[in-house]
Amino acid sequence: MRLTMRVYFDYNATTPLAPEVLEAVIATTRDQFGNASSVHHFGQRAKAVLDEARSSVGALIHADPSEVVYTSGGTESDNFAIRGAADALDPGGRRHLIASAIEHEAVLNTFKALARRGWRTTLIPVDHSGIVDPDRLRELVTKDTALVSVMQANNEIGTIQPIAELAAIAHEQGALMHTDAVQAVGKIPVDVRALGVDLLSLSAHKFNGPKGAGVLWIKRGTRMQPILTGGKHERSRRAGTENVPALAGMGVAARLAIDKLASEAARVGALRDRLEEGILRAVPGTSVNGERSRRVPNTTNISFDRVEAESLLIALDLEGIAVSTGSACSSGTLEPSHVLRAMGLPTHRTQNSLRFSLGLFSTQEEVDRVVEVLPRLVQKLRALTGTTKLTKNTKVFS
Amino acid sequence: MRIAVAMSGGVDSSVAAAVLAEQGHEVIGLSMQLYDVSGQSGRERTFGSCCTIDDLHDARRVAAAINIPHYILNLERQFDEQVVSNFVREYAAGRTPLPCARCNSDLKFATLLDRARGFGAETVATGHYARVVLDGRAGRYLLMRGADPAKDQSYFLFSLTQSQLARAVFPVGDRAKGAVREYARRHGLPVADKPDSHEICFVPDDDYAAFVSKRAPDSTLDGVVVDEGGRVLARHQGIHRFTVGQRKGLGLPSSPSGAPMYVLALSPADQQVVVGPKSALERTTLTASDVNWIVEEPGTTLSVTAQIRHRHPAAPATVRVIGDRQVALTFDAPQIAITPGQAVVFYEGDVVAGGGWIEA
Repeated sequence: MRLTMRVYFDYNATTPLAPEVLEAVIATTRDQFGNASSVHHFGQRAKAVLDEARSSVGALIHADPSEVVYTSGGTESDNFAIRGAADALDPGGRRHLIASAIEHEAVLNTFKALARRGWRTTLIPVDHSGIVDPDRLRELVTKDTALVSVMQANNEIGTIQPIAELAAIAHEQGALMHTDAVQAVGKIPVDVRALGVDLLSLSAHKFNGPKGAGVLWIKRGTRMQPILTGGKHERSRRAGTENVPALAGMGVAARLAIDKLASEAARVGALRDRLEEGILRAVPGTSVNGERSRRVPNTTNISFDRVEAESLLIALDLEGIAVSTGSACSSGTLEPSHVLRAMGLPTHRTQNSLRFSLGLFSTQEEVDRVVEVLPRLVQKLRALTGTTKLTKNTKVFS
Repeated sequence: MRIAVAMSGGVDSSVAAAVLAEQGHEVIGLSMQLYDVSGQSGRERTFGSCCTIDDLHDARRVAAAINIPHYILNLERQFDEQVVSNFVREYAAGRTPLPCARCNSDLKFATLLDRARGFGAETVATGHYARVVLDGRAGRYLLMRGADPAKDQSYFLFSLTQSQLARAVFPVGDRAKGAVREYARRHGLPVADKPDSHEICFVPDDDYAAFVSKRAPDSTLDGVVVDEGGRVLARHQGIHRFTVGQRKGLGLPSSPSGAPMYVLALSPADQQVVVGPKSALERTTLTASDVNWIVEEPGTTLSVTAQIRHRHPAAPATVRVIGDRQVALTFDAPQIAITPGQAVVFYEGDVVAGGGWIEA
């Protein structure tokens, strides 16, 4: 089939490179092959590239560049934040970790790994708003709590969490505060000082940078152990030869994000609203998941009654429209969303919801195409679900 | 026309997809994830096993090689309900199930077909060695044996209804297995030399007894092995461990006569395994239920050749309708090991006239 137009509405999964980023990655790959740890000319040039990018990323989150530690991306940053903070604690010290129930798997599964090693872990429940209530954290945090980890913006529904309030509560009990800001950076202003956190994760490929590049911001004075040991890279905080081209690309992406944040948030927000309202109007039996007034501007998560998300996702892809459900296993099969489940949605709604996430290259034409195509696909799937019963899924999400 | 191909990752369904794509159809590859391969549900977790099941991976590689979209559908729940539960129930009831046939009529040409239609594909193709032809005069879709007699799989498809056959496509059914492999090689499909699968896909190591014991521990009771006269010869650990015609693993002390003993029948009511000499395995009659007619249902009787196992050479017989979807069948000559739970499929030449599930 020849598709005249492909629509990519899955920016929360990953984003296409901005042209300037692509140029930087190509030029650095070609011209700056040196190892940034080398003393000679080639090393110095590569080091300069890293320093420049570090300033740019620091500026994006209002951080001192010396507190910016390069990683391979969001998952490593989350692992580093949690394991690095846990490992730095004295034996016999604090043994309790808290995260929200709607964190990314990078946090949740790191918690599970530490729980197997004897750490006590607690998940903060959320209600249907998809927003963590600071009072819930207040009830859970104790003098035994070492670290609290709550994402700044949720990847599936886009809700923005009250990080500053949560950080203050964590700090009252002497716990560290980490935020996974992977889905916030580049979409809304992120200011490490205003957030009051100790640790912040970000990932370049979520804001038009390359994959394989990320940052853990570590507030000066925070006790951490490296999780990757080896050479003295990143001031002995993270060993391994730096991925110079990707980090250079991240620096350029950071500058672009700084320049365009306000205008893009307004532009993409208007497109998202047009899409959301268009779908709610054109397709009966639809509703938005999560608190609509406190979301990143590019994301909407919509339930389609009597439709299996898996089928609608495929039907849309065959029309050239790329969207997502919340979580996908590496095989590409779909699991019920743990986020929607944590929000207390009934099982069928955890399996009939799609995420549309827009970004830099999204256009009104694309939005209108999706709104035009969806009613027909949904109608067709609903007509057929009469024959295949929709019953409770018995699979256990872990 | 948009056609969905059920891609298992094997060479047959891979070639099926490639042939249709070559013919200019708009082909969608669909693979079914049918059982939990990750060990996530609290079971032992093997590192690296999550979602990397090799067959799904192969299907994806083939789809990429022939440039068609490919999706993995999670049908674990439906597979468990439609196929696995039945498999366990049948073994526990002293019958020998045929899950591949259930999977074809109750999953591939049911749930998967429904999904495919949702994606705008009105037909589903598989890699089965069988053929479907429209008999214009009778106004019926006829199911026929595959052209390669050594690979014919029509036995496993007997329970497809007319509406299912109308939407079934078997692109390799008119080819020989060798030609299918040759096609795969010529077109550079990465599975051209992959060995055929024989085991039942969801039973690890082919150990049915362990699988059934694990799934239905309460319905697998110990019992005794008796001869035709009711004399107790040994004890056993559940009738699900036996199948009619079985000779090995009966746990019998060597008989004075030295004549080998075979399982003749399984009795779920008293958990008895009845054994006897090979001659006692021979029978000429059977009854079958849930009969599906692919040709028009005969008024009273029909002369056919009938097959009671996948590898059984079809033997001349007469089918007599004895009730609603029930038949009695009489072979011209005695057959060895007529096994409840298996299918009996009736043929008129290469055409599948119908078939049913052997009751007794």
